[in-house]
Amino acid sequence: MRALAATLAVISIGPAMAASAPPPGAASCSGCHAVQGAASSAIPPIHGRDAGEITEAMTGFRNGTRPATVMGRIAKGFSDDELRPIAAWLAEQK
Amino acid sequence: MTQPHLTSRRTFLGQTAAAAAALMVTGPAIAQTRPRVVVIGGGFGGVSCARTLHALDGKLDVTLVEPNRTFTACPMSNEVIAGDRAIEAQQFGYDKVVAGGVKMATKAATKIDAAARSVGLADGTTLAYDRLVLSPGIDLRFDALQGYDEAAAARMPHAWKAGEQTLLLRRQLEAMDDGGLVVISVPANPYRCPPGPYERASLIGHYLKTKKPRSKLIILDSKDAFSKQRLFLQAWQELYPGLVEWVGLSHGGKVTSVDAATNTLVTEFDKHKAAVANVLPPQRAGQIAAIAGVTDRSGWCPIDPVTFESKQVPNIHVIGDACIAGGMPKSAFSANAQAKACASAVVSLLAGAAPAAPKLINTCYSLVAPDYGISIAGVYQPKNGLLTDVEGAGGTSPLEATLTFRNQEAVYARSWFDTITGEVFG
Repeated sequence: MRALAATLAVISIGPAMAASAPPPGAASCSGCHAVQGAASSAIPPIHGRDAGEITEAMTGFRNGTRPATVMGRIAKGFSDDELRPIAAWLAEQK
Repeated sequence: MTQPHLTSRRTFLGQTAAAAAALMVTGPAIAQTRPRVVVIGGGFGGVSCARTLHALDGKLDVTLVEPNRTFTACPMSNEVIAGDRAIEAQQFGYDKVVAGGVKMATKAATKIDAAARSVGLADGTTLAYDRLVLSPGIDLRFDALQGYDEAAAARMPHAWKAGEQTLLLRRQLEAMDDGGLVVISVPANPYRCPPGPYERASLIGHYLKTKKPRSKLIILDSKDAFSKQRLFLQAWQELYPGLVEWVGLSHGGKVTSVDAATNTLVTEFDKHKAAVANVLPPQRAGQIAAIAGVTDRSGWCPIDPVTFESKQVPNIHVIGDACIAGGMPKSAFSANAQAKACASAVVSLLAGAAPAAPKLINTCYSLVAPDYGISIAGVYQPKNGLLTDVEGAGGTSPLEATLTFRNQEAVYARSWFDTITGEVFG
């Protein structure tokens, strides 16, 4: 009975989650980068930006070729394999 | 005689099976169509979690329990104490949280029955849950420092929960004569906002330097090392020489008792009679965590680093200042990041799916002067049962930096506050 309930729940909830659940690390970004109404903020919006652009920026922060205050320290915590899905997910967010 | 009996029995069995099948489909399906999640605590962690739960799965029945109608934020409240910011800029309501679809119970949670999965509210009503998330923040331990209790806090404010205490400390500084002694006493780890006392010392230092320059500020510390230490010490030397003095544990900084009647702080070696005394007592997880049975002997809550589920009580998750989050400090940013990861895990668990291991970020800014900011950042992931620093990432602002860099971090500090409060309450 429990197994059936779980199956039903997966069917009803699963697809919605797959469309919106952020990959590991991506959900933290909106702590600084506003998802909406960010025009006046000194911290630039990143949600909805091109995935390649986000990956390039993060790679630049990580290797120090792109100037940063805090992002250099954060980018060092993410591998290329982790950055790609984060950038793709951020690009999907409008 | 036998035949009808058999038929009857077969019919009965068939009906029973049909009824059971109906139950299997309708009973649990109804329960699982709208699983109930109760979130206790209307701060950065609780509100973020409730809203993320609702956003990830609109079919969830999400109730946020918070007795206050207005939330007063602690981050940036040191600017209020220093006179650079109005308390109103720290205050946020829950209208948009409710308009977004989260139900709200404006009552205090007073009981938790983990076996029955229910939360008792102060008005006697109960809320049933499939999963419960606690984000109760901290309680001040009024039993931990001799002489310091709630009555003493009215004379020697802690101002570690923003609101009236913040304004009291501000008024005391305003009323103090030029030449007065301000003393801040800091507890041992862990406590809410590790660099907070030193940001406070800095901004009060700025206020004194500009308005009451003959005054002095002493920080009496129960430890020898603190967050962003070298940056703070460097900045005090540069900006507030002879005005701000830090006394660490090994130099007799630990306050062992206070006397509110005379505004005196007693250390192992000395007594300091202050004009203004800001006493930060030891802390523990908010009381409802102890009621739920999720605190350990430390007074804080051990959790699974993937799901934030209590290691002591199943189906109860703990996020924010109250939980033991390994390398993650007790900050608003941490609470917000943990809340979103916890919401994802809860949605997965309710769906019978395996939660993905989270990766989390913390960024914490401190203002050393209104236009001079410093920061610490970290990236964390579950390892050996704890949230652990990702090696090679994180750290503080550089010791050698231009004033433009310091100014940029002050600008980012305020932008961060606007963004996070916008995400949580807007």
